[in-house]
Amino acid sequence: MTTSAVHPPGERLEPAHPSWPDATGHFGVFGGRFVPEALIAALDELTEAYRAMRVDPAFIEEFAALQRDYTGRPSPITEVPGFAEHAGGARIWLKREDLNHTGSHKINNVLGQALLTRRIGKRRVIAETGAGQHGVATATAAALMGLSCTIYMGEEDTRRQALNVARMRLLGAEVVPVTTGSRTLKDAINEAFRDWVTNVETTNYVFGTVAGPHPFPEMVRDFQRVIGDEARAQVLERVGRLPDAVLACVGGGSNAIGIFTAFVPDDGVRLVGLEAGGDGVGSGRHAATITGGTPGVLHGARSYLLQDENGQTVESHSISAGLDYPGVGPEHSHLHDIGRAEYRPVTDAEAMEAFALLCRTEGIIPAIESAHALAGAITLGKELGPDALLLVNLSGRGDKDVETASRWFGLGDREHVEPGAGMDTDQQPIEGAVTSGDAVAGQDAGESA
Amino acid sequence: MSRLQDTIAGARAEGRSALVAYLPVGYPDVDRSIAAMVAAVEGGADVVEVGVPYSDPGMDGPVIQQAVDPAVRAGVGMRDVLRAVQAVAAAGAVPVVMSYWNPVERYGVDRFAADLAAAGGAGAITPDLIPDEAGPWLAASEAAHLDRVFLVAPSSTDARLAATAAACRGFVYAASTMGVTGTRATVGDAAEKLVARTRAVTDLPVCVGLGVSNGDQAAEVASFADGVIVGSAYVRELLEGRGADGVRRLSEDLAAGVRRPVTVP
Repeated sequence: MTTSAVHPPGERLEPAHPSWPDATGHFGVFGGRFVPEALIAALDELTEAYRAMRVDPAFIEEFAALQRDYTGRPSPITEVPGFAEHAGGARIWLKREDLNHTGSHKINNVLGQALLTRRIGKRRVIAETGAGQHGVATATAAALMGLSCTIYMGEEDTRRQALNVARMRLLGAEVVPVTTGSRTLKDAINEAFRDWVTNVETTNYVFGTVAGPHPFPEMVRDFQRVIGDEARAQVLERVGRLPDAVLACVGGGSNAIGIFTAFVPDDGVRLVGLEAGGDGVGSGRHAATITGGTPGVLHGARSYLLQDENGQTVESHSISAGLDYPGVGPEHSHLHDIGRAEYRPVTDAEAMEAFALLCRTEGIIPAIESAHALAGAITLGKELGPDALLLVNLSGRGDKDVETASRWFGLGDREHVEPGAGMDTDQQPIEGAVTSGDAVAGQDAGESA
Repeated sequence: MSRLQDTIAGARAEGRSALVAYLPVGYPDVDRSIAAMVAAVEGGADVVEVGVPYSDPGMDGPVIQQAVDPAVRAGVGMRDVLRAVQAVAAAGAVPVVMSYWNPVERYGVDRFAADLAAAGGAGAITPDLIPDEAGPWLAASEAAHLDRVFLVAPSSTDARLAATAAACRGFVYAASTMGVTGTRATVGDAAEKLVARTRAVTDLPVCVGLGVSNGDQAAEVASFADGVIVGSAYVRELLEGRGADGVRRLSEDLAAGVRRPVTVP
């Protein structure tokens, strides 16, 4: 099938729900612009150029061609019955963003922003990256369109994700390890903003998620919503009805917004965001921003964030570098507050069990980020039972995570690895994990916050 | 009434610009940071920007980051900031809080305004809060009779300059260069142009920050601005171990600078 038959290109970027954000980028009480005045002109320029571009037939055609011929869209949906046996027998379909060029959903957004960069006449792009997926995608788009590219990455993350650092450099990007603060994604964003305010005349900031100041949350959502637009049509065509729930992992939240947006008007479809619960929200070592955080201002927008009593951002913890972020996009905060979406924490252990399960039951190695959504599907499938139909966004592939997974499962330091070593094939740990005290404690913490 | 505007006008009446010193609370610790602020006043600062440490200071360069980071880790909070405000007022200068927005919001906007006024603070400078998002602060500062200072930048449109200046009370902060805080070899002509554009839309004093580090640069800026704001150079005195004495000497140099404005060719 081709999605263009269901969603003509001209409609693809139009918001499903026109009531947010408002003209100045507010999603209810969230969003907006909390940035130095020096950046306002650049943000206004981006906003105007983007609004003109998204209704420009030439852009729409070029963007659609890139998505088709370069990214490989539409990405398929895949039913995973072997995996679903462990999820209460619910029917589970995966949206395969892992099959995109560069290996994740991030390419959807950067191609749009790279075209926008060219349109406003700038020749240099900068970006932040955590796991490296957005950095790789940005470096890829820069190589494709002949733009100079600098990627800021926390020094800690450059070590955790050395493979992606090499990929970015192969693609011609300069990778700058960030040594300030916690040396992770949050500090990479600070450093990228500092670069931008200094070089704004020549440089565009290709922001990687649906956070940051207006217009980034709206623009990135619009570039990512192709995920849900396609998946909604695909599920209708293949199954004949809408899913009962749509699940996605949430760090900043771009893949989740990408798959949620088309379903927001479908009142019967539950939208479930899975946050990184780390060692458990009760432990304080997590990245579950909505579950365990409070509203505040970080990186240019009002949203939920992890902060202490002085308003200082608290360092987040997650086995997944891509979810290891103490903030979240303002639209998620809004969807949470109005009750349209629900957000649940998934611990490192639960995510890794789901990771192993998908590998062994379906022959798909997911990104650890996406494994959080898979773990959520196991829990929700059991809650809803065998009649349930779940759609899970498999936002990325796990090649980059092989080393982390090997360490987690103890596979790397053995001469002979037994099949399934470290992965309990009778799935007892998974049964245990989904009813673990961590998850329960996490939800309690969230409700009391 | 506006204490900042009165103070700057007083300096103008003496035929000079005002000297505005920035120092963050909590480096190397709270007591010594307050001693440094007092020393800055003794050396001739008219106004002290009492800096609230913040974990994500996106507008600050490496010098200020280096000082603020340990203060954040030490848990320095608004109570320490208010103590510094009291000390600066007692030393005879006008204290104005400089804070990224989230620490204020977390403390509570109305509570912050009331406590700041009670501590003798003149108001606050908010580098990542634009008037468009400042509704609660506009109301709270109004109710507590506090000054509020927003920033303008070389990239600001004329319309934004006018709207921002209209929302300010006390003075308008002209962020002279596109970039983060830090000392620079030359101040450049962007600052003078920005001050001229700002003066065209407001009668408020215009103070210039970003880049000034010595008396000669202060003199240069004093030739076209009502106040000269110095931050990183003060912080460097502390980072390099010269302590309150170093701060006092720097203030003396800068205070002499703002009293001999030069005409830039």
